[in-house]
Amino acid sequence: MKGLLKSLVSGYLALVLVFLYLPIAVMMVMAFNQSPLYRLPVVWDTVWFEELAGNERLLGASLNSVVLALINAVIATALGTMAALAFARYQFRGKTLLQILLFPPITIPWLIIGTSMLILFFWTGIGRGLHAMLLGHVALSLPYVIVVVGARLKSFGVTLEEAAATLGASPWQVFWRVSAPVMGPGIVAAALFAFAVSFDQFVISYFLAPPGISTLPVEIYSAIRKGFTPEINAISTIIILVSMGLMLLFARFSRFGGER
Amino acid sequence: MRIEQRRRFAILGLTAPTYLWLALTIFLPLSVMLYFSFLTVAPIGNREPALTFAQYGAFLDKEFYRFLTWRSVMMGVHVTLGCVLIGYPAALILAHHVPNRWREALFLLIVLPFWSNALVRIFSWTMVLRENGLIDRGLQAIFPDAPSVGILFTYPAIIVGLVHSYLPYMILTCYISLQAIDRSLIEAARSLGASNLAIFRRVLLPLSLPGLLAGMVLVFVPVIGSFMEPRILGGLEGVTLGTVIEDQFTAVFNWPLGAALSFILLAIVLTILAAAYPLLRRNLQPF
Repeated sequence: MKGLLKSLVSGYLALVLVFLYLPIAVMMVMAFNQSPLYRLPVVWDTVWFEELAGNERLLGASLNSVVLALINAVIATALGTMAALAFARYQFRGKTLLQILLFPPITIPWLIIGTSMLILFFWTGIGRGLHAMLLGHVALSLPYVIVVVGARLKSFGVTLEEAAATLGASPWQVFWRVSAPVMGPGIVAAALFAFAVSFDQFVISYFLAPPGISTLPVEIYSAIRKGFTPEINAISTIIILVSMGLMLLFARFSRFGGER
Repeated sequence: MRIEQRRRFAILGLTAPTYLWLALTIFLPLSVMLYFSFLTVAPIGNREPALTFAQYGAFLDKEFYRFLTWRSVMMGVHVTLGCVLIGYPAALILAHHVPNRWREALFLLIVLPFWSNALVRIFSWTMVLRENGLIDRGLQAIFPDAPSVGILFTYPAIIVGLVHSYLPYMILTCYISLQAIDRSLIEAARSLGASNLAIFRRVLLPLSLPGLLAGMVLVFVPVIGSFMEPRILGGLEGVTLGTVIEDQFTAVFNWPLGAALSFILLAIVLTILAAAYPLLRRNLQPF
C-alpha cells in the first residue's frame, strides 16, 4: 500500500514535469529538424543554426534585447536597492502607501500598462523606441528588485551598521564597507532577476516598438504571425541554455526554494 | 533638529527616484489613458476631440463586447482551475512527500521553464496540438487507426497553453505556504488518529489557503488580459477582450475605444484584487 502510494506520487510529479518540458523539448528538436514545415519524422540537421548566423534582423533584435536587459538591470538594481534601504532602515509616515504603490506594476495586466504607456509617450513626444521600452522595463523590474533586496536586508539587522557608525565611520563608509558587502548576494540576485524580466518582456516592448526597431520577443511574435521560421527555434535553444545557466547562478545567490 | 532633517533627506533621496520613475511610467500613463477613454477621437495630429461617454456606451450597447468580456473572464476561471488542479497536488507532493535531497533539484526543474521565452513555448504547442502534430503522431503509433485529436485553433488549445504558462506560479506560491507548515502539527494530528484525508482537510488545506489564493490571483489577473496566447493558439476562436484591445492600438487605431475597454478590464482586475487584498497582504510580506 505504501509502495503503491509512493509510485503514484512520483508518477504524478513526473507527469507534471513532462507537461512543463514538452514544448521546450519540441522547440529544441525542431531547431535541429531540417524540414522548415516541422515535418515528422525528424531529419537531423544544423542548417537553421547556419541560417541564424546570417540573419541580421534576428541577431540585431537579440543584441537590442541583451543591451536593453543589461541597462535595465543596472538602473533597476540601483534605484530599487536605494528604495529597499529606505524601507528597511527608516520608519516614516506613508511607508505603507509607498509599499502598496509597488503592486500596480506587478498586478495590472501588461496589456493595460503597455497601451497606456504608448498613449502617453506618443502624445507627449517621448515617442517609441528602445528608450521608451527601457522606461517600461525598469518600472516592471523595480518591485522585484525591492522585494529581493529587501528580503536580504531584513535578514541582517541594523546592528552592524550602528556598530560601524559608533566606531566613527561616515555614512558613506558604512554603506560601502558594511552594508554593500552584506547586501551583495541580494543585489546580484536582484540584478539577474531584473535582467530576466526585461529579456523576456514582450507585451510592453511590442506596443513601444516603432517600425524597424525590435527586440527578440517582438521579432518572434511578428515571425509567428507571418510564418515562423525554424531559425527562431535555433536562437531560442541557445537562449534557453543561457537562461538556465543564469537561473542556476541565481539559485546560488538567493535562497528561495525552502529550507536547507 | 539637524538629525531629523538629515533623516528626511535620506528617505526622500532614497525613495524619490523609484517613485518618480513609477509615476512617469505607470501612474501618469494610466491617468492619461482614463482621459482618452472619454474622448471622441485621439487628440493627435489636427483632430479636435470632444468629451463623451460614447466609448463606454459602445461596450454597453454591443452584445459583442460583453460576450468577449465574459469569454475572457471564463478563460481566466478555466485556466485558474486547471492550474489549481494540477499545481496544488504537485506542490503538496514536493513539500511533504519528496526526500529532502531531491526537493531543491525538483523545485529548480519546475521553475526553470519560466526562464524560456513565453512566445516560443506557446508556439511550440502549435506543433504539439495541431492535426498530424506530436500528439496525433504519438496516438497513431500506439493505435494505428486512431482519429485525429488535433485541437489547435480551438478554445481548449488556448487553455492548455495558458495553463502551461502559468502553472509554475501556482506551484511556487502553494509550495511556499505548504513547506512552511510545521511537521509536528501533522504528526500530532496523526497520533490523535486523524486519517490522511482528515489531515489534509483540517490541517494542510487551511494552513496553505493563503498561498493557494495568492496563486489564483497571480494566474487569473494576467490571463484575463492575455492576447498573445489566444491569437496564436485560438485561431478564429481566439478573439478575446485582450485581442480586441490589442487591435485598437495596433490595427484599427481607435485609441479612445481601446482605452475604454482597457479600463473595463482594469475595473474587473481591481475588483478581484480588492477582494483578495487582505489575504495577499498577509501572504506577501517580504518588505
